[in-house]
Amino acid sequence: MVGDVAIRVEGLVKRYGAVTALDGVGFEVRRGELFGLIGPDGAGKTTLFRLLATLLTPDAGRAEVDGCDIVREARAIRSRVGYMPGRFSLYADLSVEENLAFFAALFGVSVRDNYGLIEPIYRQLEPFRTRRAGKLSGGMKQKLALCCALIHRPSVLLLDEPTTGVDPVSRSEFWEMLARLRSEGISILVATPYMDEAQRCDRVALCDRGRLLAVETPDGVVASFDGVLYALSGREMFGLLAAARAEAGVEACYPFGAVHHLRVAREFDPERFRRRLLAEGFHEVGIRRVEPGIEDVFIKRMEHE
Amino acid sequence: MRTLPVLLEKEFRLFFRSPFLPKVVVLFPLMIMLVIPWVTTLDVRHIDVAVVDGDHSRTARRIIHKIEASEYFSLRGVEADYAAALRRLEAGEVDAILEIPYRFERNLTARSSEPVHIAANGVNAIKGSLGGQYLAAVVRESIAERIRELGGEDSAEGLVVVQNRYNPTLDYRFYMIPALMIMLLVMICGFLPALNLVGEKESGTIEQINVSPVGRWSFALAKLIPFWVIGLIVLGLVMIVARLLYGLAPEGSIAAIFLAAALFIFTMSGLGLGIANRSANMQQTMFVMFFFVMLFILLSGLVTPVESMPRWAQGLTRILPPRYFVDAMRALYLKGASIADLWVNYAALALFALAVNGWAALSYRKQL
Repeated sequence: MVGDVAIRVEGLVKRYGAVTALDGVGFEVRRGELFGLIGPDGAGKTTLFRLLATLLTPDAGRAEVDGCDIVREARAIRSRVGYMPGRFSLYADLSVEENLAFFAALFGVSVRDNYGLIEPIYRQLEPFRTRRAGKLSGGMKQKLALCCALIHRPSVLLLDEPTTGVDPVSRSEFWEMLARLRSEGISILVATPYMDEAQRCDRVALCDRGRLLAVETPDGVVASFDGVLYALSGREMFGLLAAARAEAGVEACYPFGAVHHLRVAREFDPERFRRRLLAEGFHEVGIRRVEPGIEDVFIKRMEHE
Repeated sequence: MRTLPVLLEKEFRLFFRSPFLPKVVVLFPLMIMLVIPWVTTLDVRHIDVAVVDGDHSRTARRIIHKIEASEYFSLRGVEADYAAALRRLEAGEVDAILEIPYRFERNLTARSSEPVHIAANGVNAIKGSLGGQYLAAVVRESIAERIRELGGEDSAEGLVVVQNRYNPTLDYRFYMIPALMIMLLVMICGFLPALNLVGEKESGTIEQINVSPVGRWSFALAKLIPFWVIGLIVLGLVMIVARLLYGLAPEGSIAAIFLAAALFIFTMSGLGLGIANRSANMQQTMFVMFFFVMLFILLSGLVTPVESMPRWAQGLTRILPPRYFVDAMRALYLKGASIADLWVNYAALALFALAVNGWAALSYRKQL
């Protein structure tokens, strides 16, 4: 029954009192896959991770991790899963090497046994071996946490927003490590609020308010976007947002970095819109066609919910 | 159980690495032992007394003399009439008035004399009531002496001799020091494990433990054992202080004291752990712990004797572990009792220890 599925989730429901954190979620992560959970805060990502890590029990539905049921075979899961919570949760007063040795010993292995697996990551931590974990930088903390989650060579890795609050360079390095771990045959479920990181996953699940909106490859997600998208820029960005939203052919307009993204109807004429904006007194107005990203898809899907 | 040594090593490492805990478990008991025995005394001394002497007899002079000579009283003056003395009482200058009526001595032998009147200020209840009783004792003693001198038969009071056994000088310190040791064990062995565990909850480190294959008993024991060790070391430390500073050595065997203390420490630390297991944060833990500690200190005979409580409260003390420990500690320390004498206390403490620790281990859930 294990086969090529690392995580199987079926109709999973979790409620906290009146709040429904997960509302019938279902998906599968294949063995050796790097699977991303993309969604805003409050989408239920952390709840899903805690369920899969056996820290919570579901109210309905079922899930299997590495072929083990998360309720009945919780014990078996604990030795096969590496879990990295969203919040730094190693011992701040233990040094880097003490933390690593402690977690290795908890799982009944020695650091040496699986050193090969963590070596590329741990090499960067080596100079700070004796420093207390609480005194490391954000990026270093995440690397140490990843080492500790990997030291017993789990078959499935659960990473809850590992790159939140980490600088862009460290984030990029972190994803390179994940790609390498996948090549070692470890299945990875990773949550992130950063849409740009989704591009690095094999497949992603878009989630919002306890539901999955789509499960697709990143390219498939983008390809599913069936609208026309323009980027609007100018000197008076706030006024432009209001003007664009009032325009007839514009279906949606939202800030996107330094520009506004406009999702428009087929008959929309960008050049005429630009001239009218200039005539209305806006300065340096530019409008150009852009390719959609995952975030655009996400925003569109959320509207349709 | 395989993971127990690993967890224990981590606990001790973190304990000694903490900038605060090692100091607390040494300084806190020392502070308590150096300061508190001097200040928590129920011995009332220096009661200010005004005497209204309406008799001017030899008996009256003898009474006044005794009051002057006693270190329990300070004679603040002999007033002509009661009204003047009462004014001084109201002004707070004196705590008690002793009024010796006119013809007191002459009527004494006839046993029809007007009684000696003692008025004490009850605002400070302890000082008032003890002061009144002390004064009455002085008067009784003087009268008895006078009657003997006059060749009368010995009054019954003269025959009553009170001797305080086990604490011959009724030194309140000797009563308090074993109690202080117990309070220290309550604080250190109850609060520290609770704070330690709930600290892991707050810092999130417990999540990493919960997703590991660590068993419930290993986890609970790793949290408890360090505080058992610390509790016993603290007890040894304060016993040495009690011996060196206050000359109080246990009458009973030291092994018996440590056995009782160990059982009590198991109970307290188990309670702390169980409460922390069921709380989400420090505030909850602290509040619930304080609730229990208050009950334990006030309802266990630690400060006020169980025998003077109402019946229902006495019943209540039977379900509180410290009652058995307080009882045992005083008996061991002051009376030199043995384990055989106190087997009921030991058995009760052992039962509490088992029950509370079982509850603590079972209340640890890996799932939230």
